[in-house]
Amino acid sequence: MGATSLNCRECGSEYELDASYVCGRCFGPLEVAYDHSGLTGDIAALRRRIQGGPQNIWRYADFLPLTGGQPGPSARASSRAGLPAGCTPLIRADRLAERLGLGEVWVKNDAANPTHSFKDRVVSVAAARARELGFEVLACASTGNLANSVAAHAAALGLESYVFIPADLEEQKILATGVYGTNLVKVRGNYDDVNRLCTELSGERDWAFVNVNLRPYYAEGSKTIAYEIAEQMGWSTPDRIVAPVASGSLYTKVAKGFSEWLDLGIIEGGLPVMHGAQAAGCSPVAQAWDAGHDVCRPVKPDTIAKSLAIGNPADGPYALELARSSGGTIESVTDDEVRQGIRLLAETTGVFTETAGGVTTASLAKLAARGAIGPDERVVLVITGEGLKTLDAVRGTFEEFEIDASYGAFVRDVEREGVTA
Amino acid sequence: MSVTVKLPTQLREAAGGVSAVNVDGDTVGAVLDALFELHGELRDRLTDESGDLRRFVNVYVGGEDIRFAEALETKVQAGQEVQILPAVAGGC
Repeated sequence: MGATSLNCRECGSEYELDASYVCGRCFGPLEVAYDHSGLTGDIAALRRRIQGGPQNIWRYADFLPLTGGQPGPSARASSRAGLPAGCTPLIRADRLAERLGLGEVWVKNDAANPTHSFKDRVVSVAAARARELGFEVLACASTGNLANSVAAHAAALGLESYVFIPADLEEQKILATGVYGTNLVKVRGNYDDVNRLCTELSGERDWAFVNVNLRPYYAEGSKTIAYEIAEQMGWSTPDRIVAPVASGSLYTKVAKGFSEWLDLGIIEGGLPVMHGAQAAGCSPVAQAWDAGHDVCRPVKPDTIAKSLAIGNPADGPYALELARSSGGTIESVTDDEVRQGIRLLAETTGVFTETAGGVTTASLAKLAARGAIGPDERVVLVITGEGLKTLDAVRGTFEEFEIDASYGAFVRDVEREGVTA
Repeated sequence: MSVTVKLPTQLREAAGGVSAVNVDGDTVGAVLDALFELHGELRDRLTDESGDLRRFVNVYVGGEDIRFAEALETKVQAGQEVQILPAVAGGC
């Protein structure tokens, strides 16, 4: 039961559950395969077991690739549980729905994770599997959110860590990584340069690069977003999902999560229509979608949505396949629309998201404006990160007042009494 | 004109265990053909039936993805490094 092997998505070759990510035969990506035949009996009991589980992603341990089950309590020297992630709020966003002329919109707020992005889900899984495999060093190539998460998880687990980021990353993300006491390496280049370096390094160092040699395990963590949405919606699926696309991993794994549970009969409904969202300044998947291609041509990123600035998306072909098979689309929005998206979400829901969430919200607004979403449809917007990490994006987007500490000044300068517009 | 081809760990076994190979060629395509002459098994790993690179293979010349240049027609200067890496790493 549980995870059984790593299988190549391209040619189907099977491999042991070790720290590898590439098929030796065809270079295709490896993905965790499971045997869930032991879970098909009593669905009501399975649901109760999930509901009785911990308030974090390990309530879904049956569907995650740890061979030893969910991590246990802390030992003396090092925490085995690490930094629990998940169980983030699903918020009904009626004011947002009303503004967009939609019937029912929900916000899955994954900024409510320990390091304020969905990355804590994937790193929790990768770090736990790294421990099972005996690694002592965690590492990653990051656009920022992953850097925060890897540094924090390594600190919680008592592991050494190396975090590689583009040198021009937002200051908030650099500070919120260094604070955990990691080896922080700023690489002169963009994310794709960082990634190329880390891919090479992973062959030369015996480290667990969460998104390179541990990537098959890491990626599985994103399925927990789907499990949570389904559980929070009373064991059913929404009609549509709008989720950001950088490498395409989260987008495709959310669909995999729903599919697994639909196949097992744990939830009712069908696979949601999957909409992917990219920033126009880094939109290799959206460009391929518009052109009708089934592979992506890499681009040089130029966008304020740095957490999505992957010009060479590893899961691009699978993201395109999913958009097609689910009846969805891959949208792209300009940086101005990203800023407007951040403001729209904040003003209508009280959720302040980073630029990636601006991309997602702006894409939902675009879909709504062109009438792609029916009035009786239930839509979930996946908000992956926290606005405090990309403060520059909202600077200058609103009016503010500075006055002397007097009633007269307030009336004159703020309420503008006697001033005709 | 000799260039160095850097091989990822996943290909080294098929290349006699080495991490880099020196071959001659003035384009990426010619360099890869020369590599396949030396290590025949690599041809099947890296290219499909029509001879194109498989979709999860990335090739860089001097650190730049060849898809930003002229793909297999990209010129290679003597002494430059051609790097082959899996495409599936990274991301969110």
